[in-house]
Amino acid sequence: MADLTTLFAGKIRSPNPFWLASGPPANCADQVMRAFDAGWGGAVWKTLGEPIVNVSSRYSSVDWNGQRMMGLNNIELITDRPLDVNLREISQVKKRYPHHAVVASLMVDSKREAWHLIVRQAEDAGADGLELNFGCPHGMSERGMGSAVGQVPEYCSMITEWVKEVAKTPVLIKLTPNVTDLRHIARAAKKGGADGLSAINTINSITGVDLDTLVPRPNVDGKSAHGGYCGPAVKPIALHMVQQIAGDPEVALPVSGIGGISGWRDAAEFFLMGCQSVQLCTAPMHYGFRMVEDMIDGLSNWMDEKGFRTIDDFRGRSLPNVTEWKHLNLNYKIIARIHRDKCIGCDLCYIACWDGAHQCIHIEGFKNPEDLVAASHKRITVTDVEKHAGNGAHITPSIRIPRVDEHECVGCNLCWLVCPVEDCITMERLDVGVAPQSWEQRTAAPK
Amino acid sequence: MGNTVPPLSPEEFASRFAEIHPALGPQAAKVEATRCLFCFDAPCTLACPTHIDVPRFIKKIATGNLRGSANTILASNILGLSCSRVCPVDVLCEGACVMHGYNKQPIEIGRLQRHAMDYFYSHNPSLPVAKAHASGRVACIGAGPASLACAAELRRRGYSVTIIDKNPLAGGLNTYGIAEYKLRPSDSKKEVDLVRGVGVEFRLGVEAVPESLEMEFDAIFLGVGLGSTHNLRIPGENLPGVVDALSFIAQYKTASIPVGRRVAVIGAGNTAVDAATAARRLGAKQVFMVYRRGESEMPAFDYEFELAKLDRIEFHWWSLPVKIHGKDSVESIECVRLDANLAPILNSNFQIPCDMVIPSIGQTRLVEFLSRCRGVELRSGCVVVNPETGQTANPKYFAGGDCVNGGREVVDAVAMGKRAGAGIARKLEANHG
Repeated sequence: MADLTTLFAGKIRSPNPFWLASGPPANCADQVMRAFDAGWGGAVWKTLGEPIVNVSSRYSSVDWNGQRMMGLNNIELITDRPLDVNLREISQVKKRYPHHAVVASLMVDSKREAWHLIVRQAEDAGADGLELNFGCPHGMSERGMGSAVGQVPEYCSMITEWVKEVAKTPVLIKLTPNVTDLRHIARAAKKGGADGLSAINTINSITGVDLDTLVPRPNVDGKSAHGGYCGPAVKPIALHMVQQIAGDPEVALPVSGIGGISGWRDAAEFFLMGCQSVQLCTAPMHYGFRMVEDMIDGLSNWMDEKGFRTIDDFRGRSLPNVTEWKHLNLNYKIIARIHRDKCIGCDLCYIACWDGAHQCIHIEGFKNPEDLVAASHKRITVTDVEKHAGNGAHITPSIRIPRVDEHECVGCNLCWLVCPVEDCITMERLDVGVAPQSWEQRTAAPK
Repeated sequence: MGNTVPPLSPEEFASRFAEIHPALGPQAAKVEATRCLFCFDAPCTLACPTHIDVPRFIKKIATGNLRGSANTILASNILGLSCSRVCPVDVLCEGACVMHGYNKQPIEIGRLQRHAMDYFYSHNPSLPVAKAHASGRVACIGAGPASLACAAELRRRGYSVTIIDKNPLAGGLNTYGIAEYKLRPSDSKKEVDLVRGVGVEFRLGVEAVPESLEMEFDAIFLGVGLGSTHNLRIPGENLPGVVDALSFIAQYKTASIPVGRRVAVIGAGNTAVDAATAARRLGAKQVFMVYRRGESEMPAFDYEFELAKLDRIEFHWWSLPVKIHGKDSVESIECVRLDANLAPILNSNFQIPCDMVIPSIGQTRLVEFLSRCRGVELRSGCVVVNPETGQTANPKYFAGGDCVNGGREVVDAVAMGKRAGAGIARKLEANHG
């Protein structure tokens, strides 16, 4: 049976690696305790600081193909509750849930005393760790906080140092992705003495414009402001940034992965890229705390199936499999194979290859897609006099099943990606009989 | 007629003949539209006789471009509204959907098409009107689907078109001959109005005289459909209470008609099902369908057979009516059982007590009228045409719809009318070189 217990940065313990990220679901004690009851292993409290005033509305989303909230954007600021209330509630939660992780997210003015004070207050309340919010990209950044700090390596180092002067618990720096190279900020955090990193915070975004009012969303009395983007849409960006810092020998810090994680599969991928814990916000906002059940269950089952007892057994295993393009094997050759018995005849692979790839998938008897369509258009169709619907057995007419020209196929994967049927197109390796050779090797000047 | 049932109140009529496929709501339509894979050279498009670009109109529903969706449909099929309601989609577009091979749940193309058409007809339903630039005047005889499609195609290309029909209402069987729960006369009228709106003239309630039309017009399209229902040719068929299926359907839809307590429908085609289910819904206590062959030979679509069973129609298979009994009106129908070779079985006669008999054993061909169209060749009573152009043996005459194919679906008539419209335009262009 898989063991999901987690020890982050050698000090923060939690029954599993699934933490609520600092945000609306971790706004108050009631929410955090309900989340722990539902199975969450930890929570990063909604950022503490000088209370602010929020606007309404605050969220907007990108829907895709009938699905809601593929991406979520927010312009909500840090906590709007008095500091003493938050601190009291953190104490309450820690008393009732001593084995769960409660990390306090912090953001105050860039003054040494202010940071010293809030660090002491959070630790006195019982926080297991501190997460410095250097990532929030909207609102607070205009006031010189959040990503305004996280975008300047020197500020990042300096404030981390101030915090480390008084902190007794692990200090995590939450990184903003709104920089050209995240590694510079991560290295600065390391230099300042950080014990870990949380990545990524939200990405600067405008989700869309209302085509009736012409006002971007979310609409605040006829105006909008850029917000922070998160949700499933940002996962690939987050995964890449996590790989960048987790794979950087100059950083070498524990990472808590954040960004579009919606289920156990996403979480497993972040662990494979080296994360010690993961944080979620959009998914529990969308479906409620109950969604953690399948994260625990799914990850445990997968680990059992693969023979991993603990997360450390597979953590970081995919990092060595990310390399630079120049090291990829140029002599590795795959081609697409269409399995005729599985093809349903949608011909999406055909048009994708013609219009979006290398014109190497063909329909027998036609020179190009235009000829095929013209021929179809000319066909005279008459309602079948055999007036009975099919008996349910679907046989794809062989004329509709495309053929791959294996000599021309470059193995780009596009047809396989567009094919709606599992295992209908497989990408298969061709033995080219040549030793592996990378671009770097090929271009190395022969001596 | 002997025992009749009391007529329905308008409210009862509306509820018993409520549309059989409820409309999709906007959200449901969007969800269903996003399920479409957007196949290339899509099988559904090929399976549609009018080749509606199905994936294209469905994706436009998904993007919220309902006007564009409707225009896509109408560009291929001017009767997109009625076809969305009456097409046997499970043997056409939906039957061809690749989803059968995927998760066994074809896209609900018919209901999506209806969604787009309902939007169109409730938001300024009009199409651009082509200027009458092309010289050449065309007459379309018959105001049913074939002629409407032909006329719309010709108008689109700038020709003047006049539709002539002996009935007071245009629309042909779409107006007079389809079960009310599938298509209402008001829906048919919307489509007629659309065609009128693009500049087609109508002469209604007028008998067409081929000889004089030949003088007046440069080309003539025959979209006359079929004639009346075949007679049973058995004793008693002139008794009060015997009403042929098409008259029965036309009357209950556009006026009213007394309905017997017990009704025997003779025949088992789609029209027979329409008549039988209508009789039930109008209040008949018992409705029988009498057919000389077996269930598996029944010519109605499976879907129609299911409808009949849901309406608790009773079936007498392998039964041939031989006499209708009754003193002043129908009292019973006498049938003989047939064997597998359709030979009567000795001493197998039986009687079905009933108050009304509705023969629905196919329609006659309008041989007499068509023979007056000079040079038009007939085969088994049907007009012979070039399938690509609809042109008959007389180059001035074109034809399409039931009078050519002997009676198929609305969408077949539309497809033939459209092809003939293009064919006529090409011929007139050539005339003017």
